[in-house]
Amino acid sequence: MSEERKIKVLIAKPGLDSHDRGAKVVARALRDAGMEVIYTGLRQTPEQIVETALQEDVDVIGLSILSGAHMTLFPRIMELLKEKGMTDVLVFAGGIIPDEDVPKLKEIGIKEIFGPGTPTDVIIKFVRENAPKRR
Amino acid sequence: MDEIQKIVEGVLKGEKRSIARAITLIENNHPDAAKIISQLYPFTGKAYVIGVTGPAGSGKSTLIQKMVQELRRMGKTVGIVAVDPTSPFTGGAFLGDRIRMQALSLDEGVFIRSMASRESVGGLAKATKDAVRILDASGKDYVIVETIGAGQLEIDVVKVAHTIVVVLAPGLGDEIQAIKAGLMEIGDIFVINKADRENADKAVIDLLSAFELNAEKKWKPPVVKTVALTGEGVNELLNEIERHRKFLESGVFEDKRRKLVEAELTEAISRKVAETLVLKLKSEGEFQKLVEQIMERKKDPYTIAEELVKRKIEGKEA
Ligand SMILES: Nc1nc2c(ncn2[C@@H]2O[C@H](COP(=O)(O)OP(=O)(O)OP(=O)(O)O)[C@@H](O)[C@H]2O)c(=O)[nH]1
Ligand SMILES: [Mg+2]
Repeated sequence: MSEERKIKVLIAKPGLDSHDRGAKVVARALRDAGMEVIYTGLRQTPEQIVETALQEDVDVIGLSILSGAHMTLFPRIMELLKEKGMTDVLVFAGGIIPDEDVPKLKEIGIKEIFGPGTPTDVIIKFVRENAPKRR
Repeated sequence: MDEIQKIVEGVLKGEKRSIARAITLIENNHPDAAKIISQLYPFTGKAYVIGVTGPAGSGKSTLIQKMVQELRRMGKTVGIVAVDPTSPFTGGAFLGDRIRMQALSLDEGVFIRSMASRESVGGLAKATKDAVRILDASGKDYVIVETIGAGQLEIDVVKVAHTIVVVLAPGLGDEIQAIKAGLMEIGDIFVINKADRENADKAVIDLLSAFELNAEKKWKPPVVKTVALTGEGVNELLNEIERHRKFLESGVFEDKRRKLVEAELTEAISRKVAETLVLKLKSEGEFQKLVEQIMERKKDPYTIAEELVKRKIEGKEA
């Protein structure tokens, strides 16, 4: 009955990766930490990801990528979020991302990048601490 | 203009951001949620609401995608509310229905919202109903509600619908038999999905024979075979939905609506009165005293409730 704000997270897989084990592990871990996790499956375009985030009114987007296309796909996603006025959404990424790309991605607004094998506890803690406090 | 006003006007114009915000507020039981619903209420009642329920994995989401693609071809707009269970242990939820609805994700005439059942029983039915209202007020021709038909909770949820479609699949095991008992009563149309699999015909025959038992009903639920993966049978399903709609509109519609309104008003009053009374007792410090009386087994909760009604509502001294 009382007002309660659950953290709502979209876990999305942009690009042409053909498996999503990592994304699902993160999705389940966040669910087990008490969050509501929307998962949309493989091969999402930036447009689909942002549209889903908008309709679901999520607080957080987690992007998972293995294919190496992050330097084109991630900026596009951030640009679309800006266009739709969704700059308060927390965005993080995981997967295979070379160290030298990390500063550039942070510059465009991706708050944190988690390498393969990051313990899920670290990701949970990060999301809890950084999710925007909206109503 | 204040924020609530902006959201209400946005919803009425069909703006997705406003629809999404409005649903979040009702989901979180935000104090402004009631204002939003009361302002949107006069604009509701235009959408046709279809409930789709059935056991886990029977193909509900896949089927909804195909139904919606067909409705879109006819130029209709659609809102979808997909409810998934909240884990009672962690409070979290995995909302995965969109995986099977990806073909709709960029369609301007479709709005999809996933909802977790959260913990409160009455609460979910109310939140879903209000989400349906918001989509209705936003101008959608159809609103489809998906929920797993596992228990009373889900059944209550799907009662917001004008037409309830129960989706079953052959070979889902014995648990189905149990679930079916509850679902049999609420279904207006039954679908045997995955008809590409063995035993689909047997499942249809089983169902049909079950209906022979209550043949006196005015509406005899049809059974439709579908293959949601290919879209086979989807047109027939939509035709049956249309036929049921005509049936409702030929008379029972008002009756059905009146019953729903009565139930909803009763529920709204109980909620509000209980909430107000408990809050008042707490602020007066009386609530704790009553709890103590029960802890010490001097009184039981039912007697106290009865005394409270006499004292606070009927104005008599107990
Ligand atoms: N063979 C076959 N498989 C199907 C058919 N329809 C759906 N499926 C598959 O059945 C599985 C479950 O489909 P969903 O649409 O997610 O089922 P659902 O009822 O929405 O599932 P929950 O929301 O988890 O209860 C998926 O792997 C689908 O591809 C069908 O007509 N034939
Ligand atoms: Mg589903």
